[in-house]
Amino acid sequence: MADRTIIRFEHVTKQYDDDPAVLNDVSFEIERGKFYTLLGPSGCGKTTILRLIAGFIEPSKGKIYFNGKVINNLPANKRQVNTVFQDYALFPHLNVFENVAFGLKIKKMKKSDIEEKVKEALRFVNLAGYEAREIREMSGGQRQRVAIARAIVNEPEVILLDEPLSALDLKLRTEMQYELRELQRRLGITFIFVTHDQEEALAMSDEIFVLNEGKIQQSGTPTDIYDEPINRFVADFIGESNIVPGKMIRDFLIEFNGKQFECVDGGFHPDESVEAVIRPEDLQITTPEQGKLQVRVDSQLFRGVHYEICCFDEDGNEWLVHSTKKAVVGDNIGLTFDPEAIHVMRFGETEEEFDKRLEAYEEAGHAK
Amino acid sequence: MQSRTRNIYLIPYVLWIVLFVIAPIVLVVYYSFFDIEGHFTLLNYKKFFTPVYLRMTLSSFWYAFLITVFCLLLAYPTALLLTKTKHKQLWLLLIILPTWVNLLLKAYAFLGIFGAFGPANALLETLGIGQKQLLFTDFSFVFTSVYIFIPFMILPIFNSLEELSPSFVDAARDLGASPWTTFRRVIFPLTLDGVKSGCQAVFIPALSLFMLARLIAGNRVITLGTAIEEHFLVTQDWGMGSTIAVFLIIAMAIIMILTGSRR
Repeated sequence: MADRTIIRFEHVTKQYDDDPAVLNDVSFEIERGKFYTLLGPSGCGKTTILRLIAGFIEPSKGKIYFNGKVINNLPANKRQVNTVFQDYALFPHLNVFENVAFGLKIKKMKKSDIEEKVKEALRFVNLAGYEAREIREMSGGQRQRVAIARAIVNEPEVILLDEPLSALDLKLRTEMQYELRELQRRLGITFIFVTHDQEEALAMSDEIFVLNEGKIQQSGTPTDIYDEPINRFVADFIGESNIVPGKMIRDFLIEFNGKQFECVDGGFHPDESVEAVIRPEDLQITTPEQGKLQVRVDSQLFRGVHYEICCFDEDGNEWLVHSTKKAVVGDNIGLTFDPEAIHVMRFGETEEEFDKRLEAYEEAGHAK
Repeated sequence: MQSRTRNIYLIPYVLWIVLFVIAPIVLVVYYSFFDIEGHFTLLNYKKFFTPVYLRMTLSSFWYAFLITVFCLLLAYPTALLLTKTKHKQLWLLLIILPTWVNLLLKAYAFLGIFGAFGPANALLETLGIGQKQLLFTDFSFVFTSVYIFIPFMILPIFNSLEELSPSFVDAARDLGASPWTTFRRVIFPLTLDGVKSGCQAVFIPALSLFMLARLIAGNRVITLGTAIEEHFLVTQDWGMGSTIAVFLIIAMAIIMILTGSRR
């Protein structure tokens, strides 16, 4: 188990002068061979984590381990990691071959070996035959690939990617998402990917760290994070969600909008104030009589895959519905959902407590 | 219609270039074909290729080269340091400040500093080295010239260092380059344009220095600049002076082309 861990952060804080900490007492582990995503809004500290791993900055407090050794003060050039930069940072005075060969030349590798490895790396990113091109002659997507080739050619244990897709247009971005994921599987090395795009994170990662204000809010697989967000921030940031205040009458029974609903969450104090999350795609439109909730359709947008219908209930809560069926603006409709669709969040619960509670009531559920 | 109004705006610039750039060059070339009595001749050009003038050319280039090299050696680290300091603009201002002082004043100041009883010799004395002849030596000439020209070397290098994206440096370090390798393989090549324009700004004027050469180096250092001055003001041989000037212009043009940035 310990063998699988490649990077470990232990209570790492990064602070510049007297400003509030960019990264505040963060601890986590990165396992070998997985695709990790650091996800969060700008300024949440995700790039800081990346720069700490790369060695461009040093932590103010705490320890960073790499393969079991503390690397706090190890300079960037001595680390077994390579970075794909947001602006690619390809050297404009060198051509594609020289860019990719840069790291190998520093290692004083034999010329014939360098040539072979560079060719292989370029073939890996589908750029065979582009060796002699100048960087300025390459398109955005091609530069991206050169940057990746330049990183993988050094055979690092970890590749860091700092929002590498943000400069590409939508179509190319989706394409590169597939390619990156595929590349990571083929290489079998650890990827740490930084993005503020939640869809990108959900699509590509084995594991996601959701960050906000210098703290890790939640970590887990994409489905964990999507289905069971720990708090309002995560629920809001990952996908669309309807969040309403509620009260746990007892385990597996929640009250909101003045009605009681069956749910699948447990481990609460009786009558505890909570927040309930229902994803827009888990709401089905029905007649007002059959619906668990009665709402009025306020507006509707056609999103291609589905309609995004915005409704309000009598208390003025907004309900977002994703439906393939059209609704009529101004109509009163009913909304229905399964007990599984409700996810209950406790106020101020830490990730540890959250995981423990989840485990406990799931076991209890199985015992029944 | 529009292009015509645009042409009207061009007039002052064209006039300026014709009067102060093209006309002088044409005149210089014209005069270079006349001897001291005003007869048309090619003898001036022939004379230029005699050992006297060739040696003078060589020494001009040699001193200009020395001045440029020392400027560069001092300016690059200074510029690099400047980009890392907190109050960049203040330091930069302090470096530019001396250029606002008249060249002649600075030259006279150095006459005092390097003189037999100046502070430089006083320092040597207290160090126990004893009084030395500093003025009218190659050392004092090169030293003063470097002092005068160094801001023109620092500025373009500083600018190109400032423009250099820090992610290039990060990338080089990330790929395993030590600080020195990063400098050699990435920082220096990417700021070469600044170095080139700095060298241009120093080498070309240094080639035709005459006042400094005369004041600080006495008549020990005879450069093409001093020779031109001599011919125009003392021997009145405008033809020969012009011929040397023609060669200087050609030399400068060649340097401009060689150090010009390829784009």
